[in-house]
Amino acid sequence: MKTLIELQDIAKQVRRDIVRMTNKAKSGHPGGSLGCTEFMTALHFNIMNADPARFTMEGRGEDMFFMSNGHITPVLYSVMARRGYFPVDELNTFRFLGTRLQGHPSTAHNLPGIRMASGSLGQGLSVAIGAAVAKKMDGDNSLVFSLHGDGELEEGQIWEAVMFAGSKHVDNLIATVDYNGQQIDGTVDAVMSLGNLQAKWESFGWQVVNIADGNDMQQVVDGLNAAKALTGKGKPICVIMKTEMGYGVDFMQGTNKYHGTPPSDEELAKALAQLPETLGDY
Amino acid sequence: MINIPENIAMKDLRSGFGEGLVEAGRRNPNVVGLSADVTGSVKMDGFAKTFPERFVQCGIAEANMTGIAAGMSLNGKIPFLGGFAEFVTGRIYDQIRQVVAYSNKNVKICGSHAGITLGEDGATHQTMEDIGLMKALPNMTVLVPCDANQTFNATLAAAEHNGPMYLRYGRPKMPNFTDINEPFIIGKAQILNEGSDVSIIATGHMVWEAIQAALALEKEGVSAEVINIHTIKPLDSEAIIASARKTGAVVTCEEHSLYNGLTDSVAHVLATNCPTPMSFVAMEDRFGESGTPAQLLEHFGLKSGNIVNAVHKVLKMK
Repeated sequence: MKTLIELQDIAKQVRRDIVRMTNKAKSGHPGGSLGCTEFMTALHFNIMNADPARFTMEGRGEDMFFMSNGHITPVLYSVMARRGYFPVDELNTFRFLGTRLQGHPSTAHNLPGIRMASGSLGQGLSVAIGAAVAKKMDGDNSLVFSLHGDGELEEGQIWEAVMFAGSKHVDNLIATVDYNGQQIDGTVDAVMSLGNLQAKWESFGWQVVNIADGNDMQQVVDGLNAAKALTGKGKPICVIMKTEMGYGVDFMQGTNKYHGTPPSDEELAKALAQLPETLGDY
Repeated sequence: MINIPENIAMKDLRSGFGEGLVEAGRRNPNVVGLSADVTGSVKMDGFAKTFPERFVQCGIAEANMTGIAAGMSLNGKIPFLGGFAEFVTGRIYDQIRQVVAYSNKNVKICGSHAGITLGEDGATHQTMEDIGLMKALPNMTVLVPCDANQTFNATLAAAEHNGPMYLRYGRPKMPNFTDINEPFIIGKAQILNEGSDVSIIATGHMVWEAIQAALALEKEGVSAEVINIHTIKPLDSEAIIASARKTGAVVTCEEHSLYNGLTDSVAHVLATNCPTPMSFVAMEDRFGESGTPAQLLEHFGLKSGNIVNAVHKVLKMK
């Protein structure tokens, strides 16, 4: 368990990792990664009960996490490495031929911590439900977490899954929506308005926890703990977490420009000047 | 010729699957079943009644069902997801590709009502492309048993096999002629009749038609070898090459598109190992239509008579 200050320090280093990884790979998705840094850090260091040193695919008795918005691998890999799933030096290999750190999460390369491929959007909630249902069948009281983009909610399969989990009372499941309001073609409102998102989830039989500022570490920790406290009460839990795409680097913030565009060398230098090294670069 | 009992019973392959699934569930507590509102039609009701705590009703949502099955497989469950073949393959191809095949999960995709013999419901439900879709996926094993008994045994073999699998079978009652006690060996072709003039290589419902064709050819003095390919992938290339070398002529038969099923797999093996004259009995590049299974097999040229004609054609090419 980390203190708030420690979590914040980790998040700063993770942001450095994200811009360095994507710059070196000359590809990747830094914007959504920077926005989800607090969430990913808090989840892996303080919220989930999972031991990186003893990772198994089965995950019996351990909490599981599925990242349905598979493109934000920079933040996932950085946090996993900093948490101890694999050596931090391996972040150097992100997206290079032969790497375990594939552009989108893959089980084909035996990277500890990855249980399912994602990247084709809208599929991770179903997978998380399956894992949660299987845990219930086995009397395993651990939890299943998932993360989804807001734009990803446009996929129909998400709503098949939302309907299933509400109907079947999958109450060992916490699905978080990264509500940054941006997608590739513009704002989510412009592309496909989500309307009253909380009312949508609630009408399908879910409980909803709101995190007003998903880039405030204290709010993220409190929100996820509140969600955990709601498990086991007959309803799945949705955390609607407002974040800012590109948070932490001023010129990347609040725009979809860096959704799938890495920082140039010049931009990297500017970004790193805003992101102090806290744990040591890989 | 294999010993074919007199007075062969007629039985639907999907019932062989349903009974096999109950037996697999008895043998292994990790076997779980998932269905998308067609539980009775695809004969999973026996499993659902016998093991209600291991059955997941997913509603009319095949994509979600696929993800749930993949998630359930993580802790050692062996999910069998069932539905109409078109809706558990073509409809959800990308889901199967990402969370079953690429993620290499132990999920069994069970496609009932496959092929033209689905019958009266027509082309929306008659998949003739599913074998090709599934065999194109890395990590995927593809089984196409030929009758109800073999489907029963294929289902047991599926439960014991670790890895992504597609199991394909049909709806109507068909001659149930294989030995229920013969274990299903994945990847092993079955030589049903030894012959020397031509090799008839068939899969699924067309195996029975191939046997009828061989019997008719025998009367003409043509010695036909009949091979049942119940595993499209991995394909028993050795058996196919050995038979082609012996007979020097090959006819493939399938209730599936000509373009991406058994024919295409056999042609590839022969072209790269021992180029052999071939002819085909398969679905041309078209969709099906409404009719009884028997009418449709006749209409689309998938009967023993068509196989005999194909043999005549290929023998001229020798």
